[in-house]
Amino acid sequence: MAKKVDEIKWHELNIGGVIDEPGSAREYFTGDWRSQRPVWDESRCIKCGVCWMVCPDIAIYQKSDGYFVANYDYSKGCGICAKECPTGAIKMVEEGR
Amino acid sequence: MIGRRGIEVSLAIAEAAKLCRVEVISAYPITPQTHIVEHLSELVADGDLEASYITVESEHSALSACVGAAATGARTFTSSSSQGLELMHEILFVASGMRLPIVMAAANRALSAPLNIWNDHSDVMAARDTGWIMLFCTNGQEALDSIIIAYKIAEDRRVLMPVMVNIDGFTLTHVVEPVEFPAQETVDAFLPPYSPAYTLHPDKPVTMGAYGIPEIYTECKFAQETAMNNSKEVVIEVLDAFGKQFGRPYKVAETYQLEDADVVFIALGAMNENIMTAIDEMRTEEKKAGLVNLRLYRPFPGEELLALLKGKKRIAVVERVMPGGALNSPLFNEITSLAYRSGLTALIKNYVIALGGRDALQSDFRHIFDDMQQASAKDTRIKKGLNFAMIGVRA
Repeated sequence: MAKKVDEIKWHELNIGGVIDEPGSAREYFTGDWRSQRPVWDESRCIKCGVCWMVCPDIAIYQKSDGYFVANYDYSKGCGICAKECPTGAIKMVEEGR
Repeated sequence: MIGRRGIEVSLAIAEAAKLCRVEVISAYPITPQTHIVEHLSELVADGDLEASYITVESEHSALSACVGAAATGARTFTSSSSQGLELMHEILFVASGMRLPIVMAAANRALSAPLNIWNDHSDVMAARDTGWIMLFCTNGQEALDSIIIAYKIAEDRRVLMPVMVNIDGFTLTHVVEPVEFPAQETVDAFLPPYSPAYTLHPDKPVTMGAYGIPEIYTECKFAQETAMNNSKEVVIEVLDAFGKQFGRPYKVAETYQLEDADVVFIALGAMNENIMTAIDEMRTEEKKAGLVNLRLYRPFPGEELLALLKGKKRIAVVERVMPGGALNSPLFNEITSLAYRSGLTALIKNYVIALGGRDALQSDFRHIFDDMQQASAKDTRIKKGLNFAMIGVRA
């Protein structure tokens, strides 16, 4: 949708709230639901990609150097990556600290 | 099947769905709706109706399957009753919120506990504010006609909303009545194939039933409520068009002996025929009773009702459902709300009757008439204890 979600008027909505254009998820930064953020300790990371694989929001990316990082616009801070990391390279850090 | 036939009303409803050329049916059998879906499954199995019949393990899944089918653009039918309608409850909101024109025949029945398979309006009243357009039927002919009317309303681009056609369990579903069947060509001319606004199709992907975050949910619900409100004009238009094409005109509220009535009964469903018989009897004794038979319950036809009730002095709202802790049963609350906001000064009383299959007798309506005639303004004031009159309870 061309308009931002908090600018759409009720009569501008499609019937039944149908979204007929792709990519609308880009506009909704669900990352602000997060209370804790995953932080990587690259000295312990073995670049296995388990975090990338288990992230339910597809919010983890591999950098060009092979290490992984979260996109904080979309990471909800669920902590699955930290729980599953086989080397304990990911720590959940409370937001605001 | 053309012309006048003696047929069980449930089968007539199934045949009506066939006349509408429904493409997907998903339902779960429950008394007293079973004969409707049983006959439809026969029609599909015998190759008389080209439709997908999706068998499921529950009513929750039945309506969920209908939501999916309607989203692909198929003309979709289901039917349920009582506990089944309650099990569908959360999906009722999904169907209306997604604006899917599903038609459901609801065979009205009491709710457990105690377990009771017989007729009253507890089930539909628990579902009254789910965003479905709601029609009530008085007899078998209306039941058949209302299915055709329901699709015409539901699929109108100005509406796109599910419609529930309420038929009293047993009282209507299981009786054999003479029913006039229209020709297939007549129904086809009235009801062209469904042309959906959006469909789920891989060639043009869309998202239906998306997340509605706080920034947009209010706008979505306001749009839906506005559409529900606007649908009343389409309902009236469709009822008129049906009358012209099929020779059986309907109104959102029918009347009987209303003009000079001292006491006006208001009721929903098949009980209206009992009331009409009682009125005939009372009229022979100079008791001026009249009736407003409400056919459209959602959206609530306030203006139309007001036009009928204007100047009336005594109104008896007769309902087949308990208030459930409210001051009064639902229809009474709406009629008094209408009165309060429009200067209607009639004396209005609430009678609860015929729960769980108990008969509404002629003597009950005579009793209500007499009670209404004796009533004074102080009888309608809010008082400590119950604020409705219970008809027929052993005390």
